[in-house]
Amino acid sequence: MKNKLACDPGTSRNNKTGSWRTYKPVIDKEKCIGCGRCEMVCPEGCVYNTRKKNKAQKEYRAVDYDYCKGCGLCAKECPVGAIKMVLEEK
Amino acid sequence: MSKLMEGSQAVAKVVNLCEPAVVSAYPITPQTHIVEDLAKYKADGKAKYEYIRAESEFAAASVVLGASATGVRTYTATSSQGLLLMTEVLFNIAGMRLPVVLTCANRAVSAPISIWNDQQDAMTVRDSGWIMFFAEDNQEAVDLHPIAYKVSEATRLPVMVNMDGFILTHTYEPIDLPSEAQLKKFLPKYQPEKGQFLDVHDPKSLGCFATPDDYMEIRRDLFDDMKSSEKIIKQEFSNYKKIFKRGSNGLTEYYGHKKADMVFVAMGSVVGTVKEAVDELNDQGLKCGVLKLKVFRPFPVQEVVSKLSGVKKVAVLEKAVSIGAEGVLAGEVKACLNSPKQKIQSFIVGLGGRDVTRKNIKSLYKKIQQKNNKTVFSG
Repeated sequence: MKNKLACDPGTSRNNKTGSWRTYKPVIDKEKCIGCGRCEMVCPEGCVYNTRKKNKAQKEYRAVDYDYCKGCGLCAKECPVGAIKMVLEEK
Repeated sequence: MSKLMEGSQAVAKVVNLCEPAVVSAYPITPQTHIVEDLAKYKADGKAKYEYIRAESEFAAASVVLGASATGVRTYTATSSQGLLLMTEVLFNIAGMRLPVVLTCANRAVSAPISIWNDQQDAMTVRDSGWIMFFAEDNQEAVDLHPIAYKVSEATRLPVMVNMDGFILTHTYEPIDLPSEAQLKKFLPKYQPEKGQFLDVHDPKSLGCFATPDDYMEIRRDLFDDMKSSEKIIKQEFSNYKKIFKRGSNGLTEYYGHKKADMVFVAMGSVVGTVKEAVDELNDQGLKCGVLKLKVFRPFPVQEVVSKLSGVKKVAVLEKAVSIGAEGVLAGEVKACLNSPKQKIQSFIVGLGGRDVTRKNIKSLYKKIQQKNNKTVFSG
C-alpha cells in the first residue's frame, strides 16, 4: 500500500469555502434584535453571536466570511430585514 | 479428529475460533445457519464478539465497515440479493482498505426468485476489490476462513469466502476443525497499522474525499496490491498446509490426465463432480483433466496460462453468466490464452440449483468437439 488513507481530522477548516460565494450577507447591527434565528438556520454554522450590544442593548450577530457560501438563508429568515444580500465584488 | 457436521455449523465454529471482535449480519437463505450459530454462541456466553443485528444487508455491511475502521477483526455472511444489497458498501470496504472477511453462501439472483445455488451473486461483484476464494468442499470452506483473515490483514484487502449454498452449507460431512492452539499458531492477534484506524486517543478521518489529483493513484494502488496479493495468498496457503497438513499451495489445483487434450475449468463444489466425470472419461481411454480455481480474485493468470497452454480444448464450466456476452469465467480464461489452435468454450450449468450430473459433464466432451463456439446452456 503506497497511499496512507487516514487523514488528520478537522481538515474542512483548511478549505475556506467563502470563495464560493456570489452574494454576501451584510448584517445591519443596529437593526438586529438579537433573536438568533440567522445563527440557527445557517447550514455552515458561520453566523455567530458577537456578544456585543448595539444601541438598543441587543446582542447582534455577525458572519464568518471565511466559510459563508452566501446561501442567503439568514437574510430570508431575518424577521426584521436586518440582513441584505450584496453582490460580492472581487 | 474429524467430526460429522453441517457446512454452516463448521464455518460458524471456525469463525468463532478466529475471534472476531464484531459480527453483524442479516439473515438470508442459504447463509442463515452460519449467523444463527454465531448468535447462539453469543447468547450462550461462548463468544467474545459483539453481535449486532442489522435491519438489512446494507446495514450489516456498514456495521462491519465501521467496526473494522476502528482496527478490529470483523465478520459477516450473506447470499444472493443480500450480497447485491451490500454492493455499494463492498466497494467502500475495499476502497478504504479494511480487512473484512465475508462468507457468501452462493445463491441464484432474482428474477425469477430462487433460493437455490449458483454463483451469479459473487461473480456480479467481482470488480469491487475483494479477494475471492471458492471452496470445493466443507473442509476447504473451513480452512479458507483462517487463511482469509491472515491474508486480509496482511494485504489490507477484504476477503470473500464463497461456498455453494445448500450443496455445501446444508450438507453434513466429516470435518477436521483446527484446535485453538494450532489456530493461534497460524493466526496471531490482529494489529492494525498505527495511525491508520479510528481511535479516540489519536483522532483520524477515514473514507475521505479524493480530488482528481489523488483518486486515480489510490485506485491504482488497490489494483496493484490486489495483483501482488497472489504471493501472500500462496505463502499463507503453504503456511497453513505446514501446520494443518492439508490443502494445497497454488491458487489453482489440477486433477486428471498429465497430458490432457481436453480440460474443464471450474470453481466451487461442482469440481468434485467434474473429477468423477474426468475419471470416467479417462477410463474410456480419453485424456481429460480439470483445473479448479481456488482463487478467482486476484485472477491466477500465470497458473491458468501454464496449466492450459497447449491444451487443445478447454471447456469452462460455470454457474454464472454475463448476459449479452458469455460465462464470466470463460471470458477471463479466454483473455489469458490466445492460441488459434486452441478452442475455449463457455458452458453454463447448474443455474438456480439445477443439478449438475456426471452425465451432463461427460456430454460436454462431445459438445466441445463440434465446430460452433457459442455459449452453451447445458443440463
